[in-house]
Amino acid sequence: MKINIRCFGITKDILGGFTHEISVNEGETVAQFLKSLQIQYPTLAELPSLNIAINEAYPETDYIIQAHDEVVLIPPVSGG
Amino acid sequence: MENIDIRITQETLLLADCQAFIAADNLGGLVHFVGTVRNQTKGRKVLYLDFEGYEPMAMKEMQKIAEEAMIKFKVEKIAIYHRLGKLEIGEIPVIIGVAAAHRNAAFAACQYAIDTLKHTVPIWKKEYFEDGEVWVSATP
Repeated sequence: MKINIRCFGITKDILGGFTHEISVNEGETVAQFLKSLQIQYPTLAELPSLNIAINEAYPETDYIIQAHDEVVLIPPVSGG
Repeated sequence: MENIDIRITQETLLLADCQAFIAADNLGGLVHFVGTVRNQTKGRKVLYLDFEGYEPMAMKEMQKIAEEAMIKFKVEKIAIYHRLGKLEIGEIPVIIGVAAAHRNAAFAACQYAIDTLKHTVPIWKKEYFEDGEVWVSATP
């Protein structure tokens, strides 16, 4: 399936834009999805950390991504 | 919750707003943390900062921090304000205010809130220097 992901901070520069359509295998977990993204975009693997948010919260790493989920890449945060 | 005030704004943050929210006759210890934009990073002159946020989630994470702080510490009121957009040197990106009956809990909760905010809240800042720009914390 295809999902739209949104990018903030440095991930916007790495992927080249705010939103991206990315293929996700049925049954893919958050951890697997992150790993495949890092293979597709090796620069992502060089970040000190990379998380994703699902529907405005940090999911468990074994959460299975659903077609309707709002998926957002979360590079190291630096608020404050 | 009426004892928690969470704000994300593009406007100037005012300490007086924060203080007005947390003040109460039965609370004798008010602690504020005010973060300001520094003029240098590791000796490199900073021109200005630009903050962006995943706002709906940032609001939720800030709310969660305030609720957790209320559970962990004996504090009664918490305000967490964060500003987004371009900020000049000396301007205020973050204010946290905590009120408790006594000071120890207020100090501890305020420290907890700013430390946790810096780890979990989806807000990012870019530092602009004379010779370039960098997303803070995004490089080893």
